[in-house]
Amino acid sequence: MENNTIKQLSIFIENREGRLDEVLHVLGENDINIVALSLADTEDYGMLRLIVSDPLKAKMILKEAGITSMVTDVVAIKVSHATGSLSSAMHVIVEAGINVEYMYCFANGAEASAILKTDEPDKLVEVLGKSGFAVYKELEAYNANA
Amino acid sequence: MSKIELKDWQEKIRTPEIECISRDEMASIQSKRLVEVVNRVYDNVPFYHEKMKDLGVEPGDIKDISDINKLPFTTKEDIRNNYPFGLRAVPEEQVVRVQGTSGTTGKLTVIPYTQKDIDVWGECLARELTMAGLTKEDRIHICYGYGLFTGGMGLDIGVSKLGATAIPMSSGNTKRQMMCMEDFGATAFACTPSYALYLAESLKEAGVIPRLKIKAGIHGAEPWTKAMREKIEGILGINCFDIYGLCEISGPGVAMDCIHHKGLHIQVDHFYPEILDPGTGTATKEGEYGELVFTTLSKEAYPLLRYRTKDITSIDYSRCDCGRTLPRISTFKGRTDDMKVIRGVNVFPTQVEQALVSMGGAVAPHYLLVVDRVNNLDVLTVMVEVDESYFSDEIKKLDALRDKVGKVLKQALGIAVKVKLVEPKTIQRSEGKATRVIDNREI
Repeated sequence: MENNTIKQLSIFIENREGRLDEVLHVLGENDINIVALSLADTEDYGMLRLIVSDPLKAKMILKEAGITSMVTDVVAIKVSHATGSLSSAMHVIVEAGINVEYMYCFANGAEASAILKTDEPDKLVEVLGKSGFAVYKELEAYNANA
Repeated sequence: MSKIELKDWQEKIRTPEIECISRDEMASIQSKRLVEVVNRVYDNVPFYHEKMKDLGVEPGDIKDISDINKLPFTTKEDIRNNYPFGLRAVPEEQVVRVQGTSGTTGKLTVIPYTQKDIDVWGECLARELTMAGLTKEDRIHICYGYGLFTGGMGLDIGVSKLGATAIPMSSGNTKRQMMCMEDFGATAFACTPSYALYLAESLKEAGVIPRLKIKAGIHGAEPWTKAMREKIEGILGINCFDIYGLCEISGPGVAMDCIHHKGLHIQVDHFYPEILDPGTGTATKEGEYGELVFTTLSKEAYPLLRYRTKDITSIDYSRCDCGRTLPRISTFKGRTDDMKVIRGVNVFPTQVEQALVSMGGAVAPHYLLVVDRVNNLDVLTVMVEVDESYFSDEIKKLDALRDKVGKVLKQALGIAVKVKLVEPKTIQRSEGKATRVIDNREI
């Protein structure tokens, strides 16, 4: 059975000029397409989270370029472009008592997705399914905007 | 061979009448010798004559060892400024040998010795070789370099004094070292700890260890850890000992640890140690860390008063489990050259390293200290690498790691520390003398 979670690339980025550019350049040069991106900033560093066309290859390429990254399992929920749809998905999650570490979104033509990190991905997918929310499969997500 | 366990160890003491006497009895030997050496340098070394005059001290003011703090200090720079033989205290004809250092940070340091100086040096080493369980029946393979450097020649002199056989291999050519070690049936060897480990691994690879008769290793001239000692001991099935010395004072053998490995016993009847606050130059409380300062009590050719080694250690005067009362210095905590005074607290980079290592692999022991002055207040930032093994995609976990490192460092250093996580491999690795501290304060 195919996984209900997809692989996110997380990259530690020091707050110094041009570093984000360097990381993105390495990915671009190696034909890694970025599907979704989130950049969280703290006082000292940034945390870049990416959904890419080939996360394992991307991790390897980054490592060769001396950039540390890690692969994390996240859930990508399909939400329609309709007012209140993300809210109703979130309602289901809260009702089920599932804790969300962080979340960001991407839109893709007619569809949109909310990417969530939680300690209970299987439970999340199960409760969402019962309420009629689908999730992205791996290949589907990595090629969402191809 | 197999390593001798502590419970099976039979301690041998060469001169119990010196090595095991009470502190008072030792102080009376030291007092007598201090008075003699002060008179000698005052009369024969213009440098000391001037320095004592400047301080308003006369030889008559020095009555016993407790008066030592009235005497002037000697630094490495003083020795350099009087290069090569300006501090010599005897006529040329009494000098029988010179030894020195390579002078990695400038001019060579070259030290002359009289025959008595050589005898004392050898006697100290003979006591220490005995402490390592060796007797005149032993054959000691010396793979410290011979030449100006005191390592090879020093050990050689000590082995002769003990009456054992010296095998003067000098350094280099590991294949030949291994062949001779086996063929000549060496029972002990002496070299730097890093070479000892390299040699041990080479011997293991060559499969000759079962045919060796080695039972002890004498290693020093560079810092090493307990883990490294145990590794060498484990590979070769021997007991290893940590030896310390510096050519300004004599050479290897100023101090060595015994089988209990609870600090290095100093030969205090010849080398008087003080532990001083490196900032103020006043004595620290017994057991507290400070700069190790030596006065040579019996040296003839090149006596030094209160020579500042820049090594940071503490001293323990309690009787050791081996029976000796010779006080013990602890593993060096660092060098005063690297020390920073931050908000009035002495901070050594090695303290940071030890604290990071104590976290049991939670962080990599690569770090950089940055000292800034913000609004007239010193701020210490410690940069620590975020290694792949403890990297997290969650900021709160990285923040928790940062806070934990901050807490451990605060406890170790006694001052608040700002921890900054940086990308892996962005901090210089400690090959040789890596930069560990950047001080941006303009003082």
